[in-house]
Formats: sequence, C-alpha cells, structure tokens
Amino acid sequence: MALLEVRDLSVVFQRKGEDPFAAVDGISFDVSPGQMVGLVGESGCGKSVTSLAIMGLLPQRGVRVGGTVEFEGKDLLRLSDRELADRRGRDLGMVFQDPLSSVNPVIPIGVQVSEVLERHEGLRRREAALRSAELLERVGIPDPGRRLKEYPHQLSGGMRQRALIAMALACKPRLLIADEPTTALDVTIQAQILSLLSELVRDTGTALIMITHDLGVVAGMCDEVNVLYGGRIVERAGRHELFAEPRHPYTAGLLASIPRLDAPRGERLTPIRGSVADNIPWAGGCAFAPRCPNAVDACVERGPEMTREGERLLRCHNPVGRPAPSEEVPAR
Amino acid sequence: MAIGTSRKERIDSLAESSATETGVSLAASAWRRLRRNPVFLVGASIIGLFVLLALIAPLIAPHDPGVRMLADQVSRATNSIPPAQEGHPFGGDQHGRDLFSRVLLGSQQTLLVAVLATVIGLGGGLTLGTLAGAFGGWVDSLVMRIVDVMLSVPSLLLAVSIGALFSAQTQFTVILAVAIVQIPVFARLLRGTMLAQRESDHVLAARSLGVRQRSIVFRHMLPNALGPVIVQSTLVLAVAIIDAAALSFLGLGAADDSVPEWGQMLGNAQNVIDSHPHLAFWPAACIIVVALGFTLVGESLRDALDPKRRR
Repeated sequence: MALLEVRDLSVVFQRKGEDPFAAVDGISFDVSPGQMVGLVGESGCGKSVTSLAIMGLLPQRGVRVGGTVEFEGKDLLRLSDRELADRRGRDLGMVFQDPLSSVNPVIPIGVQVSEVLERHEGLRRREAALRSAELLERVGIPDPGRRLKEYPHQLSGGMRQRALIAMALACKPRLLIADEPTTALDVTIQAQILSLLSELVRDTGTALIMITHDLGVVAGMCDEVNVLYGGRIVERAGRHELFAEPRHPYTAGLLASIPRLDAPRGERLTPIRGSVADNIPWAGGCAFAPRCPNAVDACVERGPEMTREGERLLRCHNPVGRPAPSEEVPAR
Repeated sequence: MAIGTSRKERIDSLAESSATETGVSLAASAWRRLRRNPVFLVGASIIGLFVLLALIAPLIAPHDPGVRMLADQVSRATNSIPPAQEGHPFGGDQHGRDLFSRVLLGSQQTLLVAVLATVIGLGGGLTLGTLAGAFGGWVDSLVMRIVDVMLSVPSLLLAVSIGALFSAQTQFTVILAVAIVQIPVFARLLRGTMLAQRESDHVLAARSLGVRQRSIVFRHMLPNALGPVIVQSTLVLAVAIIDAAALSFLGLGAADDSVPEWGQMLGNAQNVIDSHPHLAFWPAACIIVVALGFTLVGESLRDALDPKRRR
C-alpha cells in the first residue's frame, strides 16, 4: 500500500469580488515508503500549492481544497487543526525554498531544532539539546556544539538549509516534502544539499516528494516524475523513460530548453513561448494548447483525458514521438 | 587626549566588528552601532542626567519644595515674587517656595508619570495587538475598529477628555489618561508587525514542524514583531512627558501642588509670565530637554534596529 495517496486534489483560491483561480485542478499520485517522487513544472503550475495542501498549511480563508490526501489510510484534509499539527514535524516534514528567511532570526539554531524534539517526542531540554547536536552533525554541520548556540544570521545559507533539514528530519518523518530546496543556494552548495537529502532519505527510509522547476535535480534523484502544467499532471513516467523519450509536448519543451554542453555551438535554445496565464486553465480545452507546437483542433475543443501507455501516464491528444494511444483510462 | 581615545575606540570597534561578526547576537550588534552614534549618545546622556537628578533630588535639593519659606517676599498687590538670592539660586515661586528645589524634584514626578504611562500603554497595546495580529478574523476586526476610533481623535484631546472624566484628579489619573491614549498606537503597530510575521516564511516553516500555536505566537512571532514597538515606546516616553505636562498645565493634574510637577508649575506660571518669565522658563526648558532626549534615543534606536540597515 502506498504511504501517501493523493486523489483528485484541487485547490481553488476565491477572493471576494474576484474570479476563482484553480491553482491545482485534480492531481492524483502515490508515494510509496522510501520512494522519491518529483513534481516538476514552471512557476504557477501549482506544485508549491500542492505541497502546502498536503501539509495543511494553506490559509483557511479564501481557499477551497477538494479531493483526498490519504496518509497511511487517513485523509489529512479531514483532520482537525490539532491532529494535523501533531502530525506535522512527526510524520510529515517539509523543507522550504529559502533557507535565509525560513529560520526564526531571534532564536538560536539549537533551540529551534530542540523545540521540534520537545514538541513531538516529549524530550527534556537537555536530552533535546544532545539529540540536536547529533542531528546537526548528521546533516554535516561542523562543530555542532558551538553552532547550536548561534543565531541564524551567523550561519551561511547552506548551513541554514542543513539546519532546516535537520529540523524537518528530527523526528524521522515518513514523508518529506522538499519544495525547491536548492533554488536559493549557490550551485556548489546545491549539489551538496541534494546528495545530503537523498542520502538521508535512503538511510531512514523516508519517502520524498521533490518539488522543483529544475529537471536536472529530478534527473539526479527521483524514481518517478510528474510533470505539472496549469494545475494538472500532464505526464508521469519513470525518470529514465521520461528523459529518454518525453511524450508530452510540454515535457519535450522543458527538456529542449535546458542548455546542453554536447549540443553544437551556435545552436539556439528552444524556449517554450508564452507563460501560464488563465484563471481556470483547463476550462476551454487543453491548457497548454496556446503554447503547444503540436496543437490540433481537438486540443481546443475538449481537454485531453489521462491515458495510460504502459507505466506512463499522458494527457495529450497529439503527443511527441509515437502516435497517440487509443486506450483511455479514468484519471487516476 | 580626546582624539587619542576616540581613535583607540575606533580601532577597537573595527577589530571587534571583524572578529565578532560570527559570535554576536542581534541585540549586541545593534548596541555596537548605537554606541558609536552621537545622536544616541547625546539623547542617552540627557536621559541619564535627568534620571540621576531624579534619584538624588531629595538629597541635593536645598529646601523642602512644599514649604513657603519666602512667603514674606510675596505680595499680590505689588506683583512681587522672590528673586534669586543667597541660598535660592532661582528665587521663589508665587507662593514663596524655593523654585530650584521644585524644579529639581519635579523631575521625579515627570519621569515617573512618563515611564508608568508608557508601561501601562505598552502593556495594553501588546495585549490587544497580539490578540489581533495572532488570531486575525473577527478578533482582529473588533480590536482594530476600537483602535481606529480611538486613533481618529487627536491624542491630546483624548487624553484631556479621559483625564476630565475622573471626579478627583490625581497624578494617577494623569498617568492613566496618557496611557490609554497610547494603547491604540502600540496595538496598531504591533498588529501590523504581527501580521507580517504571520505571513513570514519562518512562521510557515515553524508550522510545518507542528510547533504549537502558543509557541508560534510567543516565540516565533512576538519577539520578531517587537523591534518597532521598542522604538515606539522610547518615542512615546517623550510624548507622555509632554501630554502629562499638558494635562497638569490645564489643571487636570493633581490638585495638591505641594509635590512639584513641571507641567503644573508651567500652568501656575502663566498668570505672571509677563513680569516673571523665569517661573515658566525653568520647567518648560526641562520638559523640552527631557522630551528631546527620549526622542533622540528613540530615533537612533530605530536606525540601529532597522533590518534594512543591518549588515
């Protein structure tokens, strides 16, 4: 059984006097224990909102969340605030994009790590401090005894992200969501953080949802990749299949817009035209149709359903490569 | 010599700044900046001087401020008031009491009123602002509507109205009136900074770790929201001194004037300001200088704690 089963998750933002905006429009995916799943897409495709919805961290007013998010058989969306807060940090951990602003500037790092342990494992202050030192050591912070007493501004960005990972993993959660954990870091630090994450996840058996716009990150880590567009999954495949043979024009476009060292000099990158715009992207046909080089008449008439192709899921009338699959399956 | 010490200081602080960037808390780095700020030093010296005077006033005051020892030199008919003389450097007031002692001891009342009024106002404002900022929703709307109504009335007018509500005015009613007027200022300020904190990344991160609501409010939001409030309270001290003096001046202070208070002295002096301006000058000068001191400290604190200027 999967650890996390997301079914038809939708998140609609509704401000008074404004048109509703569907940030997430029926997303379904599974995460098994120890598995690393990627959610990939450009800004505004709903990947961060998905993670916040799973964690129950969306604002309570002006947001409608639909579908189910079952974690070990329990629907997280139906839990009370208190039950959810008990699970966050213990069963579910999250690492955020910007380590500079994601730590409390007025409390020493050690207290912030300890607080999680005191909260969820009922440790006393001294035990928690000892465990915090171990944790910092584990995430590769040298001289943890001294670092524990330091304030966030005394730590570099990479160190802070390590400390945040230590906090998120302090109680050995079974699911870790990493929301663009390396975007704000230097390239050299990025690689360190990614290898630290995958190492920790492998050692503890924690499942990982990696949210990123960077296909390179996904290529290095994830077992399965979901490509999001306009709040829906447009293609899902194993990492090798996806990179070897992208089927959705959007996936193909993402891959084509990455600079490659082995491409001939002078060859131009192929960007995807336009950007995500609509309020309800999938209302009139395929959301990607206006930007799609492969668009056919059917694309604007009705949105493509999710179709299965072996292990791959695809939402497209006119995919890249082989001819379109005929067998339709209900969206999972 | 002065040049020598200042250069030494500069070198020391330079050495410190390079050495301590990795071993010093926010408060300490703000203090380092403050220590070198002449505006802060002037303000702090003024406050220090007056606090010291208030503390030792009973010891150094040459006479009892309530005793009309020069009453024989007072004459209403000839409008004569005791001039400066041996043992009475400022002369006497219109009741024949030693003016120097009264000005000296007036510092006690003035500082006490200012500090108490600010503390009470701060306490009330912190409570309301925390409620509004931490919980939002209808609590926020309710608190903020009350605050907005209070803020829509000019502060001195409101203080005078509140002061006049009490049947018998004492020093305490002055404190209360001045404090109540400051509550909405603190509440609104704190609510704003709390709301900003509520939306902040680190509070989201804390929530993602399941940290309890109580801890989120008091450990993660409030301490980060306090900076502007601390600055505001030093500025409010200045306002409180002036407001309290104004209330006393208008006769809404303590009815008994045997305990000297600068605002009251100023009020009593206004009938004779043409013939004896020095009676008004000394208390007025003290009020201005003390208020200036608190303002200078407040402004420099604001600069020091401003995150945009933080390295």
